[in-house]
Amino acid sequence: MADVITYRDAVADGIAREMRRDPSVVCIGEDIGAAGGVFKTTVGLLDEFGPERVRDTPISEQAIVGAAMGAAMTGVRPIAEIMFSDFLACCWDYLANEIPKVRYMTGGQVTVPLVIRTANGGGLGFGAQHSQAVENWAFAVPGLKIAAPSTPADVVGLMAAAVRSDDPVVFFEHKGLFASKGEPAPPDHVLEFGQAGIVREGTDVTVVALASTVATALAAADRLAEKDISAEVIDLRCLIPLDVRTVLTSLERTSRLVVVEENPYQGGWGGTLVSIVADEGFDLLDAPVKRIAGACVPLPFADALEDRVIPTADAIVDQIRTLVAY
Amino acid sequence: MTEASVRRVESLGASELLALYEQMCLIRRTEQAAHDLFMSGMVKGTTHLAAGHEAIAVGASAALRPDDYVFATYRGHHHAIARGATPEECLAELMSKATGLCRGKGGSMHLTKASTGMLGSYAIVGSHLPMATGAAWSARLRKTEQVAVAFFGDGATNIGAFHEALNLAAVWRLPVLFVCENNFYMEYTPIAEVTAVPNPAADRAAAHGLPGIVIDGNDVAEVHDTVARAAAQARSGDGPTVIEARTYRHFGHSRTDPAKYRPADEVERWMARDPLSVARQRLESLGVSADELQQADAHAAGVVEAAVDAAKNAPEADPAEAFTDVWADGGSTWRT
Ligand SMILES: Cc1ncc(C[n+]2csc(CCOP(=O)(O)OP(=O)(O)O)c2C)c(N)n1
Ligand SMILES: [Mg+2]
Repeated sequence: MADVITYRDAVADGIAREMRRDPSVVCIGEDIGAAGGVFKTTVGLLDEFGPERVRDTPISEQAIVGAAMGAAMTGVRPIAEIMFSDFLACCWDYLANEIPKVRYMTGGQVTVPLVIRTANGGGLGFGAQHSQAVENWAFAVPGLKIAAPSTPADVVGLMAAAVRSDDPVVFFEHKGLFASKGEPAPPDHVLEFGQAGIVREGTDVTVVALASTVATALAAADRLAEKDISAEVIDLRCLIPLDVRTVLTSLERTSRLVVVEENPYQGGWGGTLVSIVADEGFDLLDAPVKRIAGACVPLPFADALEDRVIPTADAIVDQIRTLVAY
Repeated sequence: MTEASVRRVESLGASELLALYEQMCLIRRTEQAAHDLFMSGMVKGTTHLAAGHEAIAVGASAALRPDDYVFATYRGHHHAIARGATPEECLAELMSKATGLCRGKGGSMHLTKASTGMLGSYAIVGSHLPMATGAAWSARLRKTEQVAVAFFGDGATNIGAFHEALNLAAVWRLPVLFVCENNFYMEYTPIAEVTAVPNPAADRAAAHGLPGIVIDGNDVAEVHDTVARAAAQARSGDGPTVIEARTYRHFGHSRTDPAKYRPADEVERWMARDPLSVARQRLESLGVSADELQQADAHAAGVVEAAVDAAKNAPEADPAEAFTDVWADGGSTWRT
């Protein structure tokens, strides 16, 4: 086994492990077969599993997700790819009205074991319609589980959990992380859904992050350590279930909270998290809560502009220094 | 009426047809009961009654295997009953009762009987066509030779999901049937006012490489035979078919709509082609007596009367149900 693997290759590895284990797992999406995906996240799957189980589709986001739903309701476990998360808007009916509701509105008569994978987020200079972090779109809909891994091993562990889940899962792969490297996942690696990880221990401030912002938060924590500020970094890994318990327990030690999200501040998932903390953890806090989130503008193209809009380690360091001095 | 209505009907014998007639009576009387219960305030929200559309659900269902899949719209009571839901569990759902098909979580627009392959009624126009396509894909992957059928209105033919589903089904040659219940109106606007082709479903089929057939949707025998042929073709791997069944609704679009936008002579013409009368004529020509016809309807009437009583006396939906069935573990927990 290689001692490092890219996040990109971990996606294909995670899918392949599940397809080997369970013959009812199938993949559909645009250019996922011979082309191996526009982000090369499905390389090798067609060769190993054949065209019945790894199927290229027309550019029909509604048909992709709608057909995956119908297949999931009838004994198959589909993994559907929506190439860029921005395109979820083209099939939003299925994520907002159909997939999360069908079990409930039928009184539990049907089950939808479905994974919708999508490349999310900015940092690659794709402009306003290919760079958004839209995990908060899914977060606004009761009935969807949401995973957003930050490392190659977590990609595999969360993919296993997502495919094995009898609930629908939206699986956000971060575009900016595809080239990043990390330890490969051990055999049979399965993470528990809704279990956050403490990726760096600290005592002065709790930094809650997700996907791309985990690395940003860790970089900020390194710099703060040079100034004797000890930051604890939590990787939520999933938005639903939301692991509030791990955050509140951390705040018992640190009493300060910073949330770092790539989705826009307006309507971002951090708003829900901090409202719970304000409600259930008020006594734990010694300082105001800070949210560092995407700016409330469309994602701009030029690096100099995009850098202003997406959370940076500089912004995290600045906020934490003022918080600690509070 | 249409050229297709003179097509020879070969397969149904008198006793089979009589059973279908009784099922149609059962649906008609359930719809009348749903209407009356709505008017008396015992059904809240809305209803979209399928009186007039009975032959499509009954004829198609009889042509399918018990394990085939059906996806319907918010105007779907007839499909639930045709696939084995009882009038009692349907009416109880409309009346917000614990004994309803969806235990009070669905209502009139979402009647579902998954145990018999009736996989739901969907109220976002056109959304279920891709789902039926996916169920057909699943049947092929699992090698079960099941067929999936999506029933939808004429209005659904102008929404993107219709075209995406037809193309995918055609290019993958999936065992799925797209059955349009063309009642010539969307809510209040005639489909002809917003569609450039005369047959909104069938005329689009060719563009996607599918056969498109227009039939008399008020003739249960013609519906049966058309669906039987298309299903056999789909099952044997020869691909999907679009069937456009012309019909007419006897009530307004929903709730208390008096349907004043429909010209009186048009209504009169269609009422003369009531699917129940069409079936009666066929049965009479096969030698079934007036007495037997009367008995079938009386039996249906008795079932629906008992269903109304049972639904009225059933317990209200349990408030605790609000927090069940979001997730597969039965609960609704979203955080630690
Ligand atoms: C996507 C969407 N747009 C609009 C509506 C509102 N609506 C409900 S029924 C209906 C008319 C549908 O007409 P048709 O498909 O012909 O079916 P019918 O009601 O005649 O059976 C409309 C516009 C909806 N439910 N979903
Ligand atoms: Mg109509």
